[in-house]
Amino acid sequence: MVNNLLKYSLIFIVSVLLQVLVLNHILIFRMISPFYYLIFLLLLPYDTPRAMLIFLGFILGLSIDAFTNTLGVHAAVCVLIGFVRPAILNKISTRETRESVSAPRISTMSLNWFISYTAIFVTIHHLLLFMLEAFTFQGFFFTLIRAIFSGILSVTLIVISQFLFFRK
Amino acid sequence: MRNLFRLILRYHYVFLFLILEIFSLSMVVSYNNFQQAKFLTSSNGISGYFFENFAGVFQVFDLKKANTELAEENAELRTALQHYQLRSANNSKSSYLTERNPLIAMTRDSLNKIVYFFTTARVINNSVNQRHNFLTLNKGRNQGVKADMGVVSAGRVVGLVTNVGDNYSTVISILNERWKLSAKIKRNDFFGSLSWNGRDYRKVQLNEIPYHVPVQNGDTVVTTGFSGSFPEGLEIGIVSEYTLGSGSNFYKIDVDLAVDFRSIVQVALVENRQLKEINKLESLNNDGK
Repeated sequence: MVNNLLKYSLIFIVSVLLQVLVLNHILIFRMISPFYYLIFLLLLPYDTPRAMLIFLGFILGLSIDAFTNTLGVHAAVCVLIGFVRPAILNKISTRETRESVSAPRISTMSLNWFISYTAIFVTIHHLLLFMLEAFTFQGFFFTLIRAIFSGILSVTLIVISQFLFFRK
Repeated sequence: MRNLFRLILRYHYVFLFLILEIFSLSMVVSYNNFQQAKFLTSSNGISGYFFENFAGVFQVFDLKKANTELAEENAELRTALQHYQLRSANNSKSSYLTERNPLIAMTRDSLNKIVYFFTTARVINNSVNQRHNFLTLNKGRNQGVKADMGVVSAGRVVGLVTNVGDNYSTVISILNERWKLSAKIKRNDFFGSLSWNGRDYRKVQLNEIPYHVPVQNGDTVVTTGFSGSFPEGLEIGIVSEYTLGSGSNFYKIDVDLAVDFRSIVQVALVENRQLKEINKLESLNNDGK
């Protein structure tokens, strides 16, 4: 328990700092920038209480907002992600896997499963985030393109980092 | 009553979700007016600490360019200074000053009193990847930074101080859809409003220039000094493209920014010592309405 608390606190801090200090400075083709910090919500154990997921989403989003001067934008999106995560996990995984392994990892699930799992959440997250950030339907197509290509980059980064750091 | 409690207990996460979501969204809505944003900005102590300590790591790559720019600005100011000394020696007006260096020419009013004061600060965080970009500087209230001070890099407009913490301050960048700045075409003094459409971090848009005004590619766009935060005549950028929409009375003008926002390291803060008086006078006008 204490072990888990330490581990996930570390993931939280590292993913927030990596996002705001390094990844926020990436801008490819003048429109693509990744949002990697979502990995924290993806890696939480299956049996995390639903209220806990929502609350952690809020704290995570708010931390990013404090660094990027986008008060409320990331918080709103991450709260939603925390809310829908259990429902989506119920759809895409079986009860046996959820009971036999503790948390969604590439090592316990297949690569394909992990990619689609990441892609589902990144899609929801990026679409809402970019639309909320723009706060207008003007230039909707541009916002959509940005969200899609940034999403592809984010999924790639999250999956690669799984290979690098969470290989057990 | 007991059933109600049971319902709340059973679906407590739904209520938590609704509360937090509504709270976040209301922050987004109120934050859309950037002047109202007063808490949890990047000028707070914690984010300032991290930015300050990590900024150096990435800015190393930009140092060479920053150095060249500073050296160029130094040389320009030195030349201007010589003309200035010459002028005070001869007590005659040197046209070089007003033409070449607005930083010196415009810092004095008609009574020969200095109006604009400059101090330097280091950029510790900067973004170009959002629709609403901000910079964070390593100076705050304790170092004399105030809200509404202009921010320039090598004499070119960067942004405006919006939030001031104890030791850090937040600057709204030109690359922020929520900020509009009045700007004019240097060649003929026609002014319009300058804003960013959120797309290309190297281009901003100048609007409200009427169709009868002669505009050319390569025209320099400079500040008007209307807001009082910037001296008149500071460079913003160069006209790269202009079109006249069908049925429109105004040009759509794309302006190539003079500042490369991806490599800003050092900036100067401009303080207008008469800003208080200007604001007081203007608020008197508004009250009379």
